[in-house]
Amino acid sequence: MARVLVVTSGKGGVGKTTSTAALGAALAQSGQNVVVVDFDVGLRNLDLVMGAERRVVYDLINVVQGDAKLAQALIRDKRCDTLSLLPASQTRDKDNLTAEGVARVMDELRERFDWVICDSPAGIERGATLAMRHADTAVVVTNPEVSSVRDSDRIIGLLDSKTELAERGERIEKHLLLTRYDALRAERGDMLKVEDVLEILSIPLLGIIPESADVLKASNLGAPVTLSDATSAPARAYIDAARRLSGETIPMSVPSERKGGLFGKLFGRRAA
Amino acid sequence: MNLLGFFQRRPPSSAPAARERLQVLLAHERATIGQSDLVATLREEILAVIAKHVSIDREKVKVTMDKRDQISMLEVDIELPGLALSKEAAPAH
Repeated sequence: MARVLVVTSGKGGVGKTTSTAALGAALAQSGQNVVVVDFDVGLRNLDLVMGAERRVVYDLINVVQGDAKLAQALIRDKRCDTLSLLPASQTRDKDNLTAEGVARVMDELRERFDWVICDSPAGIERGATLAMRHADTAVVVTNPEVSSVRDSDRIIGLLDSKTELAERGERIEKHLLLTRYDALRAERGDMLKVEDVLEILSIPLLGIIPESADVLKASNLGAPVTLSDATSAPARAYIDAARRLSGETIPMSVPSERKGGLFGKLFGRRAA
Repeated sequence: MNLLGFFQRRPPSSAPAARERLQVLLAHERATIGQSDLVATLREEILAVIAKHVSIDREKVKVTMDKRDQISMLEVDIELPGLALSKEAAPAH
């Protein structure tokens, strides 16, 4: 039975696309069949973060409108053959995403894959509500920062009212993924702590992704961070989060950079 | 603040302020989102009930909801025109 996951946040720039790619790749590497679907019509980026930007021929809208078959639009990852991408359209308008068309494509994806991971656009408009519509699980990506927490709260409200599950009177499973976390700054009292964000949003924690240069490095190279360097701190955090999604119980931690010692500490301080 | 902090004379930390501001703001926002529909519905139905018996000016009916921590208050403020409390106002609607 396929699970449909939406990666959402309300606010832009908090790491939805990075997290979609990283979680998708981590789940795929554990042998499960995964498709990551870009719902950000007009501003697609999942293809770029996944390093598949030059392989896009057909997109989600082509499939929704029946101009292409699903198999033609799916792009299989070259590094991990259980991972596929369904890109968004860069040129069309989001109004081309009809509710019925999206529902049909989601049904088809459910049959082919173990995991369907929908990368939501920012905001609370049509694209975002369509991305969450068919999900049974939501990953709410949040930075430890006031505007991001506020927007996440709003998105949680939408997940509880605008999804198919909610309309049927059932509850959608929601998880918090805290990204760009800096344990040192939180300890100093200059950043909201994990416990603060959890208390305010009151949804269970899926993982804590540390602020790290490795995330940018991976996107520069067009690789999900879990594939580009599986031993880096953010990759380990994402791999743990993916295992928790699969039902494993793993103690929560904030993985730290390998380069410890005085140099690492000094550098870390200065960067903070 | 620890000894190190004392010597560094750091300004007071900002995270507690963020946390408090968010808690206040979200308590308010959670209460108001979805509530606007409720207030509009209540207003229409209250208007309909009153209009059965009294002729009133729609603009002179105010329905507001005030949500606090412990209790919520629904406030209905209806201004009746001085002479409207007569029986013949009823059949008009």
